[in-house]
Amino acid sequence: MRRLILLALFAAAPVHAGETVVAVAANFTEPAKAIAAAFTKATGDTATLSFGSSGAFYTQMTHGAPFEVFLSADADRPAKLEADGLTVPGTRFVYAVGTLVLYSATPGLVDGQGAVLKGGSFAHLAIADPAAAPYGAAAVETLKTLKLYDQNAPKFVTGSSITQAYQFVATGAAELGFVALSQVITVPGGSRWVVPATLHAPIEQAAVELKTGAANPVAAKFLKFLQGAEARAIIKRYGYEVR
Amino acid sequence: MGLVAATTIELASVTTLLLLLLATPLAWWLARSPRWWKEVVAAIAAVPLVLPPTVIGFYLLVAMGPAGPLTALLRPFGVRSLAFTFAGLVVGSLVYSLPFAVQPLRTAFAAVEQRSLDLAATMGAGPLDRFRSVAVPQARRGFVAAAILVFAHTVGEFGVVLMIGGNIPGRTEVLSTRIYSLVESLQFGPAHAIAAALVAFAFVALLALLLVDRRLGSVA
Repeated sequence: MRRLILLALFAAAPVHAGETVVAVAANFTEPAKAIAAAFTKATGDTATLSFGSSGAFYTQMTHGAPFEVFLSADADRPAKLEADGLTVPGTRFVYAVGTLVLYSATPGLVDGQGAVLKGGSFAHLAIADPAAAPYGAAAVETLKTLKLYDQNAPKFVTGSSITQAYQFVATGAAELGFVALSQVITVPGGSRWVVPATLHAPIEQAAVELKTGAANPVAAKFLKFLQGAEARAIIKRYGYEVR
Repeated sequence: MGLVAATTIELASVTTLLLLLLATPLAWWLARSPRWWKEVVAAIAAVPLVLPPTVIGFYLLVAMGPAGPLTALLRPFGVRSLAFTFAGLVVGSLVYSLPFAVQPLRTAFAAVEQRSLDLAATMGAGPLDRFRSVAVPQARRGFVAAAILVFAHTVGEFGVVLMIGGNIPGRTEVLSTRIYSLVESLQFGPAHAIAAALVAFAFVALLALLLVDRRLGSVA
């Protein structure tokens, strides 16, 4: 019986299949899972995904975390890792560009032009921490471009990440908030204003291969797959733009 | 920075005061009641020990939103939403630190001698009087332990505040969430400074707990 189990285990593992360990920004969880599944289907190799905050990942990577590929929620941290000499040179690229949305779980609260921000008929406006999260910084920049920052700043409730900002809005605790299109693209109902990209600097998410993955061909293969047509189609489907 | 520290201290003080008031009757009942099902209540009161703080925080956020049951309950008093308010943080801290008040108080009340309570009764002392003049002095170490544990635990509270606070300076931003934001935005220097201050605070609080406990023990 035991021999049978062992046999089954070996038979289940494809020959020469490799594995790479990928750190994925929490906001990219769903598309990353879909891409990893497509990657395994196409190559037989596995991308093992860890999800978490980009800031925490960066801190862990500078302290020897065994991740081989990093899909960050921003462009800064991969650039910093490169400056720290922790990446494989020439592997950094923007894999997705985020779209900012002003969203409310209440139908009809947010209009198609974002005029609700002028009226102030709400008590709380959720944003992600502008110092740590690119969507937060983009939200602040948008309000400043519209000259509506001073009027709305007292109503800010700040989530530590874009995930938390969305939780504030989704639970109705905050009437509306700046969230990522990817978070609400599959959510029916509510009301939303897709913020024009001209109102803020682009929300770039960059990927990079880490030195820990230099000896593993699967790491480079996964990054190459991420730039291919199939992965790009998945990324778009989840509400991101691609370059 | 000073504002954040002030909010933290204020939150911890208000929570400690309210929680001692709320936990005292509960702990007394748990310690002295003969009913078996009091342990069901004791188990419920200890649940916050087991649940991850962000989980408690998430459900508090749901309960405290404009459509939440807690808000509905308080609507007659003019409360529109508890989330993102200082009062909301106090409610969250009360839930989160409840076991830290109930456990030491229950232990202390269980050790109060029945004989001295009976003696006071024969001398004509009513229940409240007996509690005040016999039980409280005998259980004073329990009160001190509960107060310091709740205060320190509230200062160190993170997950709950993160979920229901919204980091509003002067209202709901506390030291622990400030440290987290600083680390998230890679400002390690200021984060180290606040963390060091918190460690120093924790040390002083615990030392005070041990010294007061020793003092009260030798007096008794």
